[in-house]
Amino acid sequence: MQVPSGYGVHPQNYIPPSGHYPQGPGKMTSLPLDSQCGDYYSGLYTVPTQNVVTSNTANQQPGAQHMYGRGPPAPHIVGSTPGSFQGAASSTSHLHTSASQPYSPFVNHYSSPAMYSANSSVASQGFPSTCGHYAMSTVSNAAYPSVSYPSLPAGDPYGQQMFTSQNAPTVRPVRDNSFSGHSTAIGHPSPLPPPPSHQYHQQQSLSGCSTLSWSTSGLPSTQDNLVRNHTGTLATASSNPTNTVADSLSCPVTQNVQPLKSSPVVPTVLPGASSTRTPPAANRPVEPVASVTQPSELLQQKGVDSSSTTSSASPVPNSYDALEGGSYPDMLSSSASSPAPDPAPEPDPAPAPAPSAPQPSKMAKPFGYGYPALQPGYQNATAPLNSAVPPSSPGYSGFQPYAQYPGMNQLSSSLGGLSLQSSPQPESLRPVNLTQERNILPMTPVWAPVPNLNLDLRKLNCSPDSFRCTLTNIPQTQALLNKAKLPLGLLLHPFRDLTQLPVITSNTIVRCRSCRTYINPFVSFIDQRRWKCNLCYRVNDVPEEFMYNPLTRSYGEPHKRPEVQNSTVEFIASSDYMLRPPQPAVYLFVLDVSHNAVEAGYLTILCQSLLENLDKLPGDSRTRIGFMTFDSTIHFYNLQEGLSQPQMLIVSDIDDVFLPTPDSLLVNLYESKELIKDLLNALPNMFTNTRETHSALGPALQAAFKLMSPTGGRVSVFQTQLPSLGAGLLQSREDPNQRSSTKVVQHLGPATDFYKKLALDCSGQQTAVDLFLLSSQYSDLASLACISKYSAGCIYYYPSFHYTHNPSQAEKLQKDLKRYLTRKIGFEAVMRIRCTKGLSMHTFHGNFFVRSTDLLSLANISPDAGFAVQLSIEENLTDTSLVCFQTALLYTSSKGERRIRVHTLCLPVVSSLADVYAGVDVQAAVCLLANMAVDRSISSSLSDARDALVNAVVDSLSAYGSTVSNLQHSALIAPSSLKLFPLYVLALLKQKAFRTGTSTRLDDRVYAMCQIKCQPLVHLMKMIHPNLYRIDRLTDEGAIHVNDRVVPQPPLQKLSAEKLTREGAFLMDCGSVFYIWIGKSCDNNFIEDVLGYPNFASIPQKMTHLPELDTLSSERARSFITWLRDNRPLSPILHVVKDESPAKTEFFQHLIEDRTEAAFSYYEFLLHIQQQICK
Amino acid sequence: MEAVVFVFSLLDCCALIFLSVYFIITLSDLECDYINARSCCSKLNKWVIPELIGHTIVTVLMLVSLHWFIFLLNLPVATWNIYRFIMVPSGNMGVFDPTEIHNRGQLKSHMKEAMVKLGFHLLCFFMYLYSMILALIND
Repeated sequence: MQVPSGYGVHPQNYIPPSGHYPQGPGKMTSLPLDSQCGDYYSGLYTVPTQNVVTSNTANQQPGAQHMYGRGPPAPHIVGSTPGSFQGAASSTSHLHTSASQPYSPFVNHYSSPAMYSANSSVASQGFPSTCGHYAMSTVSNAAYPSVSYPSLPAGDPYGQQMFTSQNAPTVRPVRDNSFSGHSTAIGHPSPLPPPPSHQYHQQQSLSGCSTLSWSTSGLPSTQDNLVRNHTGTLATASSNPTNTVADSLSCPVTQNVQPLKSSPVVPTVLPGASSTRTPPAANRPVEPVASVTQPSELLQQKGVDSSSTTSSASPVPNSYDALEGGSYPDMLSSSASSPAPDPAPEPDPAPAPAPSAPQPSKMAKPFGYGYPALQPGYQNATAPLNSAVPPSSPGYSGFQPYAQYPGMNQLSSSLGGLSLQSSPQPESLRPVNLTQERNILPMTPVWAPVPNLNLDLRKLNCSPDSFRCTLTNIPQTQALLNKAKLPLGLLLHPFRDLTQLPVITSNTIVRCRSCRTYINPFVSFIDQRRWKCNLCYRVNDVPEEFMYNPLTRSYGEPHKRPEVQNSTVEFIASSDYMLRPPQPAVYLFVLDVSHNAVEAGYLTILCQSLLENLDKLPGDSRTRIGFMTFDSTIHFYNLQEGLSQPQMLIVSDIDDVFLPTPDSLLVNLYESKELIKDLLNALPNMFTNTRETHSALGPALQAAFKLMSPTGGRVSVFQTQLPSLGAGLLQSREDPNQRSSTKVVQHLGPATDFYKKLALDCSGQQTAVDLFLLSSQYSDLASLACISKYSAGCIYYYPSFHYTHNPSQAEKLQKDLKRYLTRKIGFEAVMRIRCTKGLSMHTFHGNFFVRSTDLLSLANISPDAGFAVQLSIEENLTDTSLVCFQTALLYTSSKGERRIRVHTLCLPVVSSLADVYAGVDVQAAVCLLANMAVDRSISSSLSDARDALVNAVVDSLSAYGSTVSNLQHSALIAPSSLKLFPLYVLALLKQKAFRTGTSTRLDDRVYAMCQIKCQPLVHLMKMIHPNLYRIDRLTDEGAIHVNDRVVPQPPLQKLSAEKLTREGAFLMDCGSVFYIWIGKSCDNNFIEDVLGYPNFASIPQKMTHLPELDTLSSERARSFITWLRDNRPLSPILHVVKDESPAKTEFFQHLIEDRTEAAFSYYEFLLHIQQQICK
Repeated sequence: MEAVVFVFSLLDCCALIFLSVYFIITLSDLECDYINARSCCSKLNKWVIPELIGHTIVTVLMLVSLHWFIFLLNLPVATWNIYRFIMVPSGNMGVFDPTEIHNRGQLKSHMKEAMVKLGFHLLCFFMYLYSMILALIND
């Protein structure tokens, strides 16, 4: 009741909650509590709905306050005003900084004496407020009936609909804790469901195994983790089936049940089907499953609704969900979800000999089929389904072929002799004979595997775009992990641009008291008042404030709060999360103006971009900006408002740099805008006649550090040559003759620790240094990169940049700058990654400084930064079935707000090796391996790193061959989940970073390594393994519609010259560059329609644009390329490569399946691996 | 004369023991997050060379005074110290590098190393003590 006050949100904001909620801070700002809340409560809150809550409130407050270290010491609250609302109210008010007066009207308005006494009596009993050791299940069950939610206030303004129905809000499904295994099924009255619903459910589990799970509902109830307090008034017709749906969904299927299941069910594998099935296809079944469960969700919701509370009145605008593609309207799932690991619906055990014959037929039915048979009570419920998910039923028929998946699963599990719980892509264990499978690459892009969780958890889980684990099934022990020989780690993209993100303004951010984990969808609520941390298993109190749900405007549903409904949320942090007032956005540009730089002409492009984007620089009214230039001296620019023109101040003492004036070098962007524009207009021409060839980068950086250290911010350094003066000067270390050496590649590490030290200083002062290296000669990126690496900056490299001679690079710089200047930015950030007890992180990859064991210090965070973490299993995870990982990124937004972005990922724990293999995310594994290989090549040597990469494949495949598959050992067998592993590793070996034998400039190599370290997975994958499409025959078949544009989706081609036909045109997407290869005898129509030239011969050698022609094929090609471009932050440059032009080597080096002089072809590589395995 | 050698060794060994303890304490501070990596490493790097010198002196002294057994005992540890110091990559800030120390279990291995050294120095301490007393008696 009082809770809403704590929430700091005026409920009036939520009248149309769907409109307000996801739109971010602007809409969810905390309102001045003092006056409005007082008014509000006196007006609206006449009666509390649940009195238990209040009692607990009083008890809980001390804890909460202690937890957040705010407000006066609490104990007096309980003592001084015994059990009364006054006490509770005032205690709540202490949570805020506002005074408690506004709440005083409160007391008067609580006019229900019955409530009052009940409440105080409970309070006097004194629930143990903070103890974490009592048996929760008993307490919860005891507590519930004892309070029994007495008379409901009819006048409650929070939606009559919610509370006035026949029974109390008690029917909140209380989740018991599955970890501790309490799971008392006390509140579980469910009798066996009526047959119709049985049938219905079979329809549900479309992916096939639809066993007679209903009849076993008695059995699961022993394992049932849902303790539902049905207070009896539920309409049994509707509630029971609902309930059992939930049960069957969430009951953990134990291993020993599995064989039962697999034996009776005849594997119905269609011959030949397996070869066409591909990982992305494997993912597809998930979608129908998800949509099919919708009825269950809806049913459930209906059931609960009709009986009790909930929020269907105001559907939760689950914004994140919309983003992730799940389409259920209301995330009621948590009410059904138990944290138990749960295989998808299909693995329901069939203890009774299930008639195998009827099953396939049932599977194959479109799921609408069963509806007529539904009990009348259900008709209601199914109706919304159809309206809500219209495409699902037509879509379903399209997915019918996948209904055979379980059969596949049976096969693979029986092959493995293991009880593989059917995974979402049950074919992930299908053995693939790599040497015989010719088309290993799927036709469609490879998607991340979906963790084998129950549907509810799966829906809640973090998007794979932000958070991926190399093994989606976490092995139980380190021994098992070692046996699997696969890397275990996380790949993060924490600050990704999200279109929608739940932003939560709350006075208390609920966190675990011992491990400081943020509350997340995977915590378990022991009862309404306590939740158990899913990382350290500590039992915490639910703060009073948290009991109120601002979205549904209902009370007492902590598990429906947005924090618990979304695995990616953003909190607006209070002053507790600040060490100093949030800094303004500060940008400093440090520009090389030596002769070399002026010659390259980047200044024109930079100044132009800056002028264009000056208003779009992220920031608020405090934004500050400054400029420095340097050659052998350092030039500062005084841009103080009021000057008639910018003043240049030259410091020539580079051995002991000082700032010529203390202020006015960094000026307010808005106050001095005219001067800044003047300067930017003048800069490109200021140094045109310079003869200075030296570059004093080190001293310039020292000066920049001095300039930035009071505030922190972002320093953008543009450098065009090797620093040759002052501190941090470097010598050329590259021997051009060694470029194509197959033996040793030296100088991958920094030459001096100057840049590292400076970077750490910068990091300490919250300053990040972004390096733009535009040089045509060797400039020792290995040393220079340190300045960005450890200060959490980013690195851009434009080899042989010249604004006229190399227009494609110039264009790339221009586009990159646009993105760079306008993208989101977070300042003074720290990121902490937490994981379930037992796991530990030991190595981090990315650009940052590890300040303490799990705290990454990020002076700046950009949306294009990716991170990787290696994990090890320190303690066995035998007593848990789920592990969770949480990253919390605390940053200051450009608007000066302190925010915390939290991502939580939940994964199942498995005990068998087969399951570990089934859950491999091969892309994540390859990216993690690439990161590890970069480390290895710097700390040891490149050849070591290459060996390690090959060994990773050899080890994992031989481990698989020897333990899991008992097929013939002569063939090279990989599980389907790993079938792309050798290909990707081969691609890595041929990547610029790791290749040998091909001439590679040292800077190019080092830059590729930097990219590997700091790119997020999606972009890195394109860099490692480019996508090849044939584009001369684009059709609208399978096209998708984006913004009213039809985007054709040509199939992926494997990266081999055998796929290139002279009659075709091919597009290769390498992440940062696109190549269009035009075959010699390519159709003249295509050349004319798309390229705008009459025939092949007239196509120019350098072509970087597709003309906008008014033909269908041109439109298709352009919309496809634009679509590819839009999917990435940095705009790639386009090269049109004619067959037989000199530039084609660039193109052909990406055809990694082919043999080159120095490297294996894919088939040879497979043979090599096979040899190694047999050794 | 021999007594003087051992008295000196004993003192030196005491210093090395203290240094090892200091290393262990500082590293465990870092482990427990009491200090940050930067200050920890700069603290420790300061003492790497004194430790190296201190230990090399004793080793050389033993060689000069022809105590073969003690010399051979000391030799591996002294070699390791020198090797470790020489093998620091040019871009690192010393034996202890704040950007690396949390990676690849380096903290643990540094810790282990400090522990082993502590044990070794304690052993040496008693050996020197015994030798010193023996030498004094013989005198």
